[in-house]
Amino acid sequence: MTTITPDLARAGGPLEYAHDNYLTHSHGVRSWLLTLDHKRIGIMYLVAVLSAFFVGGLFAEIVRTQLLIPTGALFTSASADASPYKVYNQMFTLHGAIMIFLVLIPGIPAALGNFVLPIMLGAKDVAFPRLNLFSFYLYLSGAAIAVISIALGAVDTGWTFYTPYSIESQTAVSWMVFGVFILGFSSILTGMNFIVTIHKLRPPGMTWFRMPLFLWAIYATAIIQVLATPVIGITALLLMMERILHVGIFNPKFGGDPVLFQHFFWFYSHPAVYIMILPAMGVMSEVISTFSRKHIFGYKFIALSSIAIAVIGFLVWGHHMFPNGQSTMLATIFSFLTMTVAIPSAIKVWNWLATMYKGSIDLATPMCYALAFIFLFAIGGLTGVFLGTLSVDVHLHDTYFVVAHFHYVMFGGTLIGFLSGLFYWWPKITGKLYNETLGRLSCVLIFVGFNTTFLPQFVMGSQGMPRRYATYWPEFQPYHVMSTIGAYIQFIGFAVAAVALLHSLFKGKTSPANPWGSATLEWSCTSPPPHDNFKTTPTVGDPYDHSNLVWDDKVQGYVRNNRLAESYTTKTAIPRQPKGH
Amino acid sequence: MTTTAHSAPSHPPEGDGHGHPVPATDHADAHGHEHPKFLAHHFDTPQQQFDSGKLGVWLFLTTEILLFSGLFCAYAVYRARHPEVFSFAHHYLNKWLGALNTIVLIFSSFTMAWAVRASQLGEKPFLIALPKGKGQYQQLFRCSHRQLCMFLLSITIVCGGVFMCVKYLEYKNKWQENLLPGELFRPTELPGETARPRDEAKPLAKEGAPPEGLTAGVAATRAASQPAAAATPVALAPEASIPAVGPATRQAPEGFLVEQSQIPRAAIGPAGVSSDWEKAHASRFEEQSVVVTKEQVGPEPYNTHIFFGIYFLMTGLHGIHVLAGMALIGWVLVRTRRGDFGPDYFSPVDFVGLYWHIVDLVWIFLFPLLYLIGNSG
Repeated sequence: MTTITPDLARAGGPLEYAHDNYLTHSHGVRSWLLTLDHKRIGIMYLVAVLSAFFVGGLFAEIVRTQLLIPTGALFTSASADASPYKVYNQMFTLHGAIMIFLVLIPGIPAALGNFVLPIMLGAKDVAFPRLNLFSFYLYLSGAAIAVISIALGAVDTGWTFYTPYSIESQTAVSWMVFGVFILGFSSILTGMNFIVTIHKLRPPGMTWFRMPLFLWAIYATAIIQVLATPVIGITALLLMMERILHVGIFNPKFGGDPVLFQHFFWFYSHPAVYIMILPAMGVMSEVISTFSRKHIFGYKFIALSSIAIAVIGFLVWGHHMFPNGQSTMLATIFSFLTMTVAIPSAIKVWNWLATMYKGSIDLATPMCYALAFIFLFAIGGLTGVFLGTLSVDVHLHDTYFVVAHFHYVMFGGTLIGFLSGLFYWWPKITGKLYNETLGRLSCVLIFVGFNTTFLPQFVMGSQGMPRRYATYWPEFQPYHVMSTIGAYIQFIGFAVAAVALLHSLFKGKTSPANPWGSATLEWSCTSPPPHDNFKTTPTVGDPYDHSNLVWDDKVQGYVRNNRLAESYTTKTAIPRQPKGH
Repeated sequence: MTTTAHSAPSHPPEGDGHGHPVPATDHADAHGHEHPKFLAHHFDTPQQQFDSGKLGVWLFLTTEILLFSGLFCAYAVYRARHPEVFSFAHHYLNKWLGALNTIVLIFSSFTMAWAVRASQLGEKPFLIALPKGKGQYQQLFRCSHRQLCMFLLSITIVCGGVFMCVKYLEYKNKWQENLLPGELFRPTELPGETARPRDEAKPLAKEGAPPEGLTAGVAATRAASQPAAAATPVALAPEASIPAVGPATRQAPEGFLVEQSQIPRAAIGPAGVSSDWEKAHASRFEEQSVVVTKEQVGPEPYNTHIFFGIYFLMTGLHGIHVLAGMALIGWVLVRTRRGDFGPDYFSPVDFVGLYWHIVDLVWIFLFPLLYLIGNSG
């Protein structure tokens, strides 16, 4: 183990703040734009993803504001535009497309994953640093093309680009879809990089079953990224060709089959939701074990359930098309397979609960988000079982029930997991501690706002409110008003989170190497990590063995004390030291 | 991970943490131990680097296959649904040119594979010698394997170029004949005539069977599946009664789909060709071995343009990959010339070779699927 010696602590001042770290290693804009350091690339991803999240969030607020009154609060039939609701269609499309392709997919793997994956693994970098940078610029190019598409005529097809409307639409569908193609490439290259890194760059002692569960999750994600994303690539190209050349593959006017598009689209886009949720589940495993001061329960089950989700995730895409002209036999098979995804997902949730059981739970901000995740993901997952049931889905298909389910999983799951991970690794990334009160407050606000927004949508949906409508029957108004109020609360919550994090950058206390008492490798190097991650090759132990981590007042963080290692078994929680921070 | 070597300070002293501008070349830092020039700093051994690269390339090739698989899937769906379209339309493709391209690409795969081997042998000599008997040899040619590698890579690029030229000729032909996807699909020629140069077609107009009549006849057959009275002259005797000829319009009713079993097969030629015209030009069908005789071509089914949509998408995407492959081979050629490769380090040649083989492999599937479709569909 990399033992924190008093020398090292003294060298960096009272805390183990490393003055020579990856942030100070070199200076200037060029040193960032041309960097090959996975940590800096991760930071650049983080900035880009958060910016995209801000824009996508604004579109969401516009959509919710429009739905305050039944005839529409912003874009009404009274407006001069010939097609008054087109703008509304553009708003929800942009919200969806930006959130999916620019935020949720790259969010955890490319931003947080890039930063912590090699360090957690004990490697100096990802396997292909240049490819990593290239992937980031592909991401930027894809985002730029998406912005161009907004300028040329924002897409109004919904993020699913269903044919034939996406062929007929006069908006810049081809551009947006080309942006998706480029973003897909970025995602593929990141996934490839991670797979090779995990296979080939593990230091001695880092066996597969000693890897932190976050890495298992990223690995499973990367497999989906590599195997599913090319299909959205070719689908995007085909859609462009359909618009430009009328090749007659998706366009019924030319003998094409619009349902074939749906198959192609969901063959990627269903696995893609596992690209989004799996890394968040990985974050959960880290955070919950750390803040329960207890070894993760059922390590192998969690690890393999990630792989199981990745594999089964490929076989369920048909559940998006139950009422769209599938054979009953096919629909039945897809329904069954959809149900089976519940098994590995539930394995994870139960294992997290079992980890917390009799743990010494510290309600730090990341843990608050983790608890919110479990609650919201459980609701999102269980309503998914409703939707996977053939007969029920016929009733609920394309209603707000689907919208609510999707947001519970993708927002309540992925995004909350992302925030949890961001708050968890923030001290490692920036070397600064944030204000816990603000952090917790943001979590509470987002949690309350989230449920206020989306719980009523389950009710609305089951009563028949269709998704994507710009206006609605007056009896749905109370639900819509509640939903919109919730959206505003969330906005405040995110603002508080932003304040907490930005404040820490300027006024935050410097962070020790290990502020939380985690046992994974990234906490054994300084905060922020040095340019090379590890001056000496780290020794790999059990990533969830907290037994020899003790609070040290001098460094205001946790340090390793190997003498303690044998005094506790890994089955019980390690008593938390009195908190000084 | 190298344990001991890294204990040496890897950077200039910068303990004060500010004021020391460190060169921005992030990863060019010296680690104080002997890393070969080609070994990136985050790898411990050349073997690790090579293995990583190889795994990465194979993953990349997987994504390439999946990219093409979307098109193969579309092909399978439409061929299963509309076999008559494929059976009819493939006659427009020149299978001899396709075969030529197949041979060219397979040969280029051979030169590529040999180039990888030559690259591994580096400066070792390459000899061609004749046995003179009694264990004696007469040396005919001698160069280094690096030079041989450059030669082989050049040949591979040339093969790629030949492939693209042939592809260009085929595309040009399709373009001239309006054998294009979607609305652009407006062929004025009969299948079997695709090899005929444009200017030769003109004199026909002066003869008895003008292109107008021909066009009308072809158009009539396009709607062949609509049972209707014969509106235009129908082909020869026994088949004249086939209810294959409908109104001379391409537009079928909305939502009208043709199942295979409904397609009446005209045993002799596309209906609507006047017998005079056929007699006058019968020799044309016999002369050209490339072309199919009319007997093999039924009436043009509805939505034939889908075949050309798929044809252009598949061969187009493949062509882009060939061009990318040629560029990559050019890159390793330059590096080979510079002497970058040898027994210790030849990964780029190896990986580009793998890529080139996958591009060939895709073509090996494309050729039979597009060019060699039987008449039964």
